[in-house]
Amino acid sequence: MTKPKLAVWKFASCDGCQLSILDCEDELLAVADAVEIAYFPEATRSVVSGPYDISLVEGSVTTPHDIQRIQRIRKGSKVLITIGACATAGGIQALRNYKNVKEFTAAVYARPEYIDTLDKSTPISDHVFVDFELRGCPVNKYQLVEVLSAFLNGRKPNTPAYSVCIECKRRGNICVMVSQGTPCLGPVTHAGCGALCPAYNRGCYGCFGPMETPNTASLTNEWTQHLGVSSPDVMRAFRSYNAYAESFRKEAQNHDNG
Amino acid sequence: MTTFLLEREDFPALLKTLTDAGYQVIAPTVREGAIVYDEIESIAELPIGYHDEQEAAFYRLHPTKDKALFSYVVGPQSWKRFLHPPEVRLWQAKRVEGGMEIVPNTQAVPRYAFVGVRACELHAIAIQDKIFMQGEFVDPIYQARREAALIVAVNCGVAGGTCFCASMHTGPQVTSGFDLALTEVLEDGRHYFVVEVGSDTGKELWKDVPHRKAKPEEAAAAQHIIEHTAAHMGRELDIDGLPEIITRKIESPRWETIAQTCLACANCTMVCPTCFCNTIEDVTDLTGGSAERIRKWDSCFTMDFSYIHGGSVRYSTKARYRQWLTHKLATWVEQFGTLGCVGCGRCITWCPVAIDITAEAAAIRQSDDGKGK
Repeated sequence: MTKPKLAVWKFASCDGCQLSILDCEDELLAVADAVEIAYFPEATRSVVSGPYDISLVEGSVTTPHDIQRIQRIRKGSKVLITIGACATAGGIQALRNYKNVKEFTAAVYARPEYIDTLDKSTPISDHVFVDFELRGCPVNKYQLVEVLSAFLNGRKPNTPAYSVCIECKRRGNICVMVSQGTPCLGPVTHAGCGALCPAYNRGCYGCFGPMETPNTASLTNEWTQHLGVSSPDVMRAFRSYNAYAESFRKEAQNHDNG
Repeated sequence: MTTFLLEREDFPALLKTLTDAGYQVIAPTVREGAIVYDEIESIAELPIGYHDEQEAAFYRLHPTKDKALFSYVVGPQSWKRFLHPPEVRLWQAKRVEGGMEIVPNTQAVPRYAFVGVRACELHAIAIQDKIFMQGEFVDPIYQARREAALIVAVNCGVAGGTCFCASMHTGPQVTSGFDLALTEVLEDGRHYFVVEVGSDTGKELWKDVPHRKAKPEEAAAAQHIIEHTAAHMGRELDIDGLPEIITRKIESPRWETIAQTCLACANCTMVCPTCFCNTIEDVTDLTGGSAERIRKWDSCFTMDFSYIHGGSVRYSTKARYRQWLTHKLATWVEQFGTLGCVGCGRCITWCPVAIDITAEAAAIRQSDDGKGK
């Protein structure tokens, strides 16, 4: 039996999610056993031509060239799975969406006229049909293996969309918001990291983006009324890795006073 | 009833007796600014000289002036964590020629001695006993852990800011379901425990702990402490006729109001000592050669919880909050013969946005004109 062909593609991103694949260590050999790694420049120079059974796509769309490329990738893939906050929500680079990108290119590049970039950084699903979106900045390697296993075995991946709080309580963490007054995005953030930051006594940073039914207004009301968080700080908390995800975008906007 | 007296300096002997009898001692201990339940090896690991300040969405530990062992109430975790673990593998399956082979779960059953179990928690355990061990389907994981467990209860010497066991008739005095029950007394420079024996196992163990009969004035001092606690509850919840009222007020606008605040984050259900819902995850490996079935704590606040073909039945937060409160304070009675709330106050303290079940129940009651809606 021929193995399914796996391709890993990069768009505007930091490569952290691709590194999560290489970080699988124990599972990496099993992955290599289960699929033919046909295209994965971060890991190997050898390239097997498409079409591909599964394409993992990292990164957001930020240039006109990206738009053409993602169309070609979609055409050449049976299943397209986006991995990480850039690919699912536009990433940290979506901060540009709130500013004039020309000002950035003028400030950063000696010859900004060479830069052909779009006004906005957008998720892959704004451009092509996506079969499955895996959240995280970066993705959690166990979830990544879970998603691959699920697709290879024709079953639904176990990647629940409820809050980080459920994972946090299962893990036995003490709620940092209630016991220390630390602002935490956990109650409005999609599970998947295993409540990593609260386990180390930090509030959740929202790396996995909005949970299924995020009530951001109620959470930020508690922050500003009882935890002494200023409105600009609320805006900054929601404007990070998932700044362009709808509910986070709106909540940040409500606290954006210019 | 005969009560006994255990001097503070003999408390370590009680722990040693439990350890010698082969129990793993689980007791309150301080971690990350809160009191949790975990394995302890010595009395020094108890939260000696700590008091917990609790309010809605607020929990802080403070030092006390004395060296009391139990001058706090309940923390974020309950004994549910040990009897109904948050995550457990039910079984594995391996693909073999022509089919598959089931590999049963063969984990050893832990033998816990729970030290410091409060009255509300004993009631919560009794409720979960009904859920998991009575009726047609018995949960073998819960049953094995439960039947092996020993309970050293403690009568509460203080009431917390979110406590309301007195109005639920579930405390603060322990009345049943314990092997040993202690009341801590600190007065006139003395520090001792008045002890009741509640079972044959407790009686057997108690023989090995240095003690004497309690004098009437010592027993009275203990009783006085419990009465004082009962009179100082931080909250109250009037349960008179409540199930009928809530059932009548199923279309109350109050549900919509609270849904504006509720995060549907599920913290209340995670910390609740009676909430028992769980979900099953089937996981295969990459090759499809083996699979596992995992059980995890779940919550009626998630969308998946009520997902059936076509979508979630309880799509709105309003529907989910109503389901939870209605179950706890009304429909639980039909299902299990008791209310589903024991007045421990955890859901109030650990709600990140300070939703208070006692306030919600009172508001629903207040809006009731006996007619519905």
